[in-house]
Amino acid sequence: MTHLPLLSLTTFLPLAGVAAILLLRGEEPAVARNARWIALWTSLVVFVVSLLIWANFDPTRSDFQLVEQADWLPDFNIGYHMGVDGISLFFILLSTFLTPICIIASWTSIQRRVKEYMIAFLVLETMMVGIFCALDFVLFYVFFEGVLLPMFLIIGVWGGPRRVYSAFKFFLYTLLGSVLSLLAILAIYFVTGTADIPQALSFNFPPSLQPWLWLAFFASFAVKVPMWPFHTWLPDAHVEAPTAGSVILAGVLLKLGGYGFIRFSLPMFPEASAYFAPFVFALSVIAIIYTSLVALAQQDMKKLIAYSSVAHMGFVTIGIFTVTPEGLDGAMIQMLSHGVVSAALFLCVGVVYDRLHTREIARYGGLAENMPKYACAFMVFMLASVGLPGTSGFVGEFLSMIGAYQVNTWVAFLGTTGVILGAAYMLWLYRRIVFEKIVHADVRAMVDLSPREILVFAPMIAVVIWMGVYPSSFLKPIQPSITNLIERVQVSERAAASTLAQR
Amino acid sequence: MHVAAVFLPLIAAFVAGFFGRWIGDRGAQLITCLALVVSAVLGAIVFWSVAFGGHPRTIDLLTWISAGDLHIQWALRFDTLSAVMVAMVTLVSAMVHIYSVGYMAHDKSVPRFMSYLSLFTFFMLMLVTSDNFVQLFFGWEGVGLASYLLIGFWYDRPTANAAAIKAFVVNRIGDFGFALGIFSVYLIFGSLQFDTVFAAAPDAAHNTINFLGHSVDAITVTCILLFIGAMGKSAQLGLHTWLPDAMEGPTPVSALIHAATMVTAGVFMLARLSPLFEYSPTALGVVVVVGGSTAMFAATIGMAQNDIKRVIAYSTCSQLGYMFFAAGVSAYDAAIFHLLTHAFFKALLFLGAGSVIHAVSGEQDMRKMGGLRALIPMTYLLMWIGSLALAGIWPFAGYYSKDLILEASWAAGTTVGHYGYWLGTFAAFLTAFYSWRLIFMTFHGKARASKEVMAHVHESPPVMILPLVVLAAGATFAGMIGYHWLVGAGREAFWGDSILVLPGHDSIAAAESVPFWVSKLPLAMGLLGIAVAWLAYIVETGLPAWFAYYFRPIYLFLLNKWYFDELYDWVIVRPAMWMGAVLWKEGDGAVIDGFGPDGFAKMTRGMAAVLSRFQTGYLYHYVFAMFVGAVVLVSWYVLRQIG
Repeated sequence: MTHLPLLSLTTFLPLAGVAAILLLRGEEPAVARNARWIALWTSLVVFVVSLLIWANFDPTRSDFQLVEQADWLPDFNIGYHMGVDGISLFFILLSTFLTPICIIASWTSIQRRVKEYMIAFLVLETMMVGIFCALDFVLFYVFFEGVLLPMFLIIGVWGGPRRVYSAFKFFLYTLLGSVLSLLAILAIYFVTGTADIPQALSFNFPPSLQPWLWLAFFASFAVKVPMWPFHTWLPDAHVEAPTAGSVILAGVLLKLGGYGFIRFSLPMFPEASAYFAPFVFALSVIAIIYTSLVALAQQDMKKLIAYSSVAHMGFVTIGIFTVTPEGLDGAMIQMLSHGVVSAALFLCVGVVYDRLHTREIARYGGLAENMPKYACAFMVFMLASVGLPGTSGFVGEFLSMIGAYQVNTWVAFLGTTGVILGAAYMLWLYRRIVFEKIVHADVRAMVDLSPREILVFAPMIAVVIWMGVYPSSFLKPIQPSITNLIERVQVSERAAASTLAQR
Repeated sequence: MHVAAVFLPLIAAFVAGFFGRWIGDRGAQLITCLALVVSAVLGAIVFWSVAFGGHPRTIDLLTWISAGDLHIQWALRFDTLSAVMVAMVTLVSAMVHIYSVGYMAHDKSVPRFMSYLSLFTFFMLMLVTSDNFVQLFFGWEGVGLASYLLIGFWYDRPTANAAAIKAFVVNRIGDFGFALGIFSVYLIFGSLQFDTVFAAAPDAAHNTINFLGHSVDAITVTCILLFIGAMGKSAQLGLHTWLPDAMEGPTPVSALIHAATMVTAGVFMLARLSPLFEYSPTALGVVVVVGGSTAMFAATIGMAQNDIKRVIAYSTCSQLGYMFFAAGVSAYDAAIFHLLTHAFFKALLFLGAGSVIHAVSGEQDMRKMGGLRALIPMTYLLMWIGSLALAGIWPFAGYYSKDLILEASWAAGTTVGHYGYWLGTFAAFLTAFYSWRLIFMTFHGKARASKEVMAHVHESPPVMILPLVVLAAGATFAGMIGYHWLVGAGREAFWGDSILVLPGHDSIAAAESVPFWVSKLPLAMGLLGIAVAWLAYIVETGLPAWFAYYFRPIYLFLLNKWYFDELYDWVIVRPAMWMGAVLWKEGDGAVIDGFGPDGFAKMTRGMAAVLSRFQTGYLYHYVFAMFVGAVVLVSWYVLRQIG
C-alpha cells in the first residue's frame, strides 16, 4: 500500500504541467515545441500515476477507496473529499489514457497558439479526473462545470468556421441542465445538511421529493449523454471541434451523463428511477433507431460518427435503468468501450482530415490502395463500433441488451435493431472512404500512417481487443460496486413498498 | 493437440496478414497452407479419438464474460458432432488453401487473401467447438466478418463492395434473431452454457414467457428466434438474397465459405441445439416448411441463371433447404450427413467452375462458353462427378444422404414432413436439370467464346487439380463409407449424446419401412432431370428459347430471382434512407432545433440587441449566467431557510 494521495496527485498534477508551460519564454517555434513536450510528459506521468490507482484498488471492495478527506468549510459541512470505487475507477483511467493520445494526435495539426492549446488540455484533464474523484457536491460541481470552460475554448479558438453557432447551441442546452442540477444539488444539501456525497448516497430521500430531484438531474445528464431529443448540439459541436476536442468530447464528456445516472440518480432516487425507467427506455430506443437512420443519411464523416455516438449511448441508458447486474455492467463496459472506440473513430477522421482538409465522405474512396495501415486500423474500430464479438463493443451491447430482455422484451427487441442499422451505416461509411477505386488525384497522393499516428492507434487497438476478449480485467473491479448499488436500490424499493402497504 | 488444431489457422492468418510484406507471396502461401495441412491432420486425429475412441472432452481456455449470474468461458468442446465438423472444415479448408495458391497466383494481394482464408477457418472452428451460446455467436459473426472481407476482396469493384455489405447486413438481420434467442435462453434458463441449458430443457417445456406483450411457449419462441439466425447464415428463403451476390468473391471463397462450411453453420446449429428444438414441435415444423420451400424455390431460380457460379450458388441454397427440413423432422444425423457429402461435392463443383473460369480468362457467363470438353478434360470429368453426386445418382455421395432425407421426411408421417418430401422430390428433378444444363452449356455444343479466349483455354495446373481430385474422391465415396456410422446401424454409438432425438421422433429409423416408390422416386426424378436437360440442350437446342418466348412471365420471374431484391429495395432500403434524411432535416433540423435552441435564439435576439454591450463572447455569457443563476438560487434557499 502506498500512502501517497494518489487521487489528488492524478487530479492536480496536470496543473503542474500548466505552470511549467506558463513559464515558457522565447521564440514562438521553440515555445510551441517545448509546450508540446511538457504537455506530453505531464500527461504520461499522470497516466502512470493513475495506473497506480488501479494497482492499489482492491477489486473485492464495494465502498470508496483511497479516500482523502480534509476540512474545507466545516461550518457548512462542505469538505475536500476524494475517493474511487468500481464505478469511477475506469473513467479516471479513460481520461488519463486519452489525454496523452490527444496531445500526440495534435502534435502537428495544431500550429496556432500551441501553448494555450496544451494548457487547455491539461486543465481539461484536471477537471475530468476531478469529476470522477470528487466525493463532495461542491467539489463535484466545480469540476463538473469547470470541465466545460477548456472545452469551450478548444472548440471556440481552434474550431471550425461555424464554431460560434455550435458553441451557442451547446451553451443553451448545458445552461438549462446546469441550472437545474445546481438547484437539485442545493436541495440535496439543504435536505441532508451536508455536501458529502457518500452521506447523501445513503440518505433516504422522501418519495415526494424524489421525482423533482430526479428530473432536475436528468435535465443535466440527458444533455450530456446525450439522449434524444437533447442531442442536436452534439453533431454540431463535433463538426466544429478540432480532432482532439472531439476525442475528449466523445471519449469522456459524453460519459458524464451515464456516470451521473449511476452515481447519483439510481442510489439517491431509487423510486423515482424505477418510476421513470419506462420513460428513459422509450427515449433510448428512439435514440437508437432514430439516430441510426439519421446516420445513414450523413455526408459528413464526423456527423455520421457523432450520430452513431448518440445511438451507442442509447444502449448505455437502457442498461443503467434495467437495474440488473448484467445491464449495469453492460452500461459500464459500453461507456468505456465507446470512450475508446468513438475517440479512435474521430482520430481516424482526423488522420484523413489532416491530409485533405475535408470531412465530406464523397471526396474520399479507395484509401485501401495507398493507406493499407490506416485501412486496417479503421477496420478494427469500425468493427468494434458495430459490436463484433471479440471487440469491446460487443460486450457492452450484449450485456446491456441481455439485461434489458429480463426487464422488457420490447426494449431489447427495438434496441437490438440498432445492431442491424449500425452495421449498415458503418460498413457503408467504410466502403465509401476506404474501398472502391481512387477517383480523386489528391486522394491518391495521401500517405499512409506516420509512426506518430501508429503510436496513437496501437494502444487503442490493444484496449479494444483486450476489452473484447478478456473483459474480466474491467468487470471484476466494477462488479462489487454495482452489486452494492443494486442492493441499495432494491432495499429502498422494498422499503417503499412496505410503507405503501402500511398505509 | 485439440487446441493447436483450432489456433494454428489464427497464427497463420496473423503472420500472413501482418508480415506479408516481409515474407512475400510465397511465404504467405507456404505458412498458411502448412498450418492448414497440419491442422487438418490434427483434426482427423481428434475426430478419430473422439468419435471412435470415445473421448469427448471440453477444454476451458479463459473466462470471457462474467456479470451477475452470467458466466461465459472461452472453451473448446469436442464431442462427435464438433469433431466431425472440425475434421471436415480443416480438410476442405486445406484443399481450398492449396487450390488458391494456383488460382490466385496472379493477384496482387496474395498474402491478404491467404490471411483472410485462414482467419475464416479459425472463426469456423471456434464456431463448431463452442460450448456456449455466446462463443457460438462469436464464431458466427466472425465467419460473417471473414465472409464480408473475402466477398469484398477485390475492393475496387463496386459490385463486390455492394455484395459484401449486403452479406454482412442481411446476416445481421439473422443475427438480430439469434441474439434475441440467446437473451431468451438466458431469461428461461439463467445460463448460456450448453450443458446446463440442455439439462434443464425437459423441465422448461411448456413454460411460457412474455415476449413483446404476448404470453408464448418459452422454448418455441426461443427456437424460432435462434432459427432466424440460422436462416440468415444459411441463406434460407427470405434471407437468402446475399448468397448469390456473394459470388462476387474469388471462387475459392465461394467453395469454402459459401458452399462447404460457413453457410452450413445454420444446420450445425440446429443439430447442436437439438436438445432444445426437440421440445418444440412447432419450431421444428417451421424449420421444415422454410427448408422445404427453400429447396424448391432456389432450384427453380437455378434453372434460369446464366452465370456459372450463380447456378451453383442457388444450388447451394436449395441443398441447404434439404438439410433444414431433415433437421426439422428430427433427422439431424441425416442433415449432418448431407452437410458432409455436400461439402465435398459442392466444393468440388465450385472449384471445378473456378477451373473453367480460369481456363476461359475470367468469363463467368455460360452463354459465352461451350465446347470446352476436349480442351479441359480433367475439369470436365470432375464436374461430372460433382454433378452426379449433387443429383443424387447411385453410387455417388449425394445419393445416400439426399435419399435418406427424403425418406425420413416421408416417414415422419406429419403434414409438414410430407410437404418436405414432395417439394424435395420435385427439387431433385430441378437439381438434376440445372446441373446438366450447366454441364451441357459449358462443355458441349459449339464454342461461343471469342477466338482469343479459346486460344488461351488450358487445363489448370496440378496445384489446382490435386485438391479437386481429393474432393472428388470424397464426393464419390463419402456416402458409401459414412453411411454405416453416421446414419446406419452404427449411428447411436457414433454420435453418442451429442445429438438428442426424443423417443417417437426418430424418423431415420422409421425411414427403413417406407414404401418402395417413396424411396426410389427421387432417383427417378433425378434421372428424368438429366434426360430433360439432354433433350433441351443437346438434342433440341431451340427448346429453351422457345420456352422463354412463350412462357415469358415465368422465365422473367425466375431470371429475376422472384424479384426479391427489388422487393426489399422498395420496402426496406429506400424507406430507411428516406426516413434517415427526413428525420435529419425535419426531425432534428426543423422540430428539435426549431423549438429548441434556434427558436430560443430567435426569441432572445431582440433582447440581445439591448444587451449587446455584454456580447464579448459566449464564454462570458455562460459564466455570467451561471453566476447570476447561482446567486439567485442560493439567495432563495437561504432566505427560505431563514424565513
